[in-house]
Amino acid sequence: MSLRDALRIRESEVTDETVYRDRRRLLALMAAAPALTLAGCADAEPPPASTTRVTPAQARSGFRTDEPLTRFEDITSYNNFYEFGTGKGDPSSAAKTLRTSPWTVEVGGECAKPGRVSFEDLLRGVANEERIYRLRCVEGWSMVIPWNGVPLASVLRKFEPNANAKYVAFTTLTDREQMPGLRFRSINWPYREGLRIDEAMHPLAFLATGLYGKALPQQNGAPLRLVVPWKYGFKSIKSIVGIRFVERMPSTAWNDLQPSEYGFFSNVNPAVDHPRWSQKTERRIAGSGNRLLANRIDTRPFNGYADQVASLYSGMDLRKWY
Amino acid sequence: MVLKAAPAARPARPATPPAIIAAKTLVHLLCLAPLAWLGWRVWQVLGGANVDALGAEPVVAIEHELGIGALRLLLITLAITPLRQITGWTAALRFRRMLGLYAFVYASLHFGVWLALDLVGDLSQVATEIARRPFITVGFLAWLLLVPLAVTSTKGWMRRLGRKWGQLHKAIYPIAALAVLHFWWIVKSDWREPALYAGILAVLLGWRVWKAVQKRRLASAAGARVATPRR
Repeated sequence: MSLRDALRIRESEVTDETVYRDRRRLLALMAAAPALTLAGCADAEPPPASTTRVTPAQARSGFRTDEPLTRFEDITSYNNFYEFGTGKGDPSSAAKTLRTSPWTVEVGGECAKPGRVSFEDLLRGVANEERIYRLRCVEGWSMVIPWNGVPLASVLRKFEPNANAKYVAFTTLTDREQMPGLRFRSINWPYREGLRIDEAMHPLAFLATGLYGKALPQQNGAPLRLVVPWKYGFKSIKSIVGIRFVERMPSTAWNDLQPSEYGFFSNVNPAVDHPRWSQKTERRIAGSGNRLLANRIDTRPFNGYADQVASLYSGMDLRKWY
Repeated sequence: MVLKAAPAARPARPATPPAIIAAKTLVHLLCLAPLAWLGWRVWQVLGGANVDALGAEPVVAIEHELGIGALRLLLITLAITPLRQITGWTAALRFRRMLGLYAFVYASLHFGVWLALDLVGDLSQVATEIARRPFITVGFLAWLLLVPLAVTSTKGWMRRLGRKWGQLHKAIYPIAALAVLHFWWIVKSDWREPALYAGILAVLLGWRVWKAVQKRRLASAAGARVATPRR
């Protein structure tokens, strides 16, 4: 082909139309180029739940860390809750209008006792506990938060999941009137998250209804949010209105958006970088000391909860199942 | 005492009109104000007077403010030529160099804060991070390309480089594009703000392309007129 011929090639012949139309995917690919080798894992069969059980004493050792706490002001003003805007300060100003009472949760799927239950009925008969957990955000910052709430397993068992319940899927409220952030598709709404059933039943998995002994502020996911301390923060879904026991690995919001960057498991892992930034270290937001110079600490496998949860993933390649 | 012959006087520069001096002072103040405001809050955080002055993540806030400042200044610098062409206000050109230099100052501080405060204690990571993270690679490249432009911004270098000076300083176009890309690649899913900057850049660069095409068309039309013998 001569140069003259080459110059005559129409634009549409060079770039396949489907490619340049699919802007979001293309951009994600460009952004995630180094991670392309990881992207294929969605095709393979996900590993089944583990059968090992953690002893009560082992589990309890992870309930309360004695690290310095993050101040209430920081926990409630630095939030990712895209339903109220994508800025860190957006939720604390925009979420005040979220009505958290009355609140109902639709529970269904592979269980003996599905139904629509009120927030109060959901928690009835389960003792409220305090847990002091580290929270590690996928963006590279972390907090230490004193949560109040109930073990997730105690709530899930009320609905008597059957043998087909291999996963639990959670959904956040989507109400355009109350949530101004929904107008922009920063997420393929509604926000969805999920856990494998053994993860959901683990004693560390927690449903928070408060923090610092107070009712959960709206921007932190009132009235009911998940807290899974060994996973990146986005797994800890907020303002839950739906819980579903399912047989197949459910679609989750961030994984749906960019599978090469956000896996289904998303266990905190310093050895597996986010394609765009390192996960080796984190900036700890805690106390009121100098945060300009001395808050970078090493990130630990499973966010420091390896003793309690590593057995859930024995035999799993954590580079593949990131 | 022997009086030496006075060296040949340089051609007297026309005095800068007071209005331009006043305007330049104003531009300096406008460019420095965000830095002063940022510096004040850094001081408050460091001194403990107000640890919340820069939010929960001061380092990220500082990086973001400086980066956005650099990007805005780059775009403002790129807007000077179209502004002059549209309004015919040639004095606008007198502000271009200082705006470009402020863009370099902001970009250098942005890079410096990343090195000193973000990667603190882990400087061995610098090369790896620049090489491995595409968004950092393009950001670093943008800053690196700005260095020769800042160095050659003096009158002396302009004289020495002659025509080449203009060619060299066309590097501002890819620099601005790299800066926008740097911003675009760091956002997680909300691309609206980087898209706004990309749109402004597209208009500023599109204007130049349009002007160039127009100029060529006029030139060829004039050429054709000359070539056609009149009857």
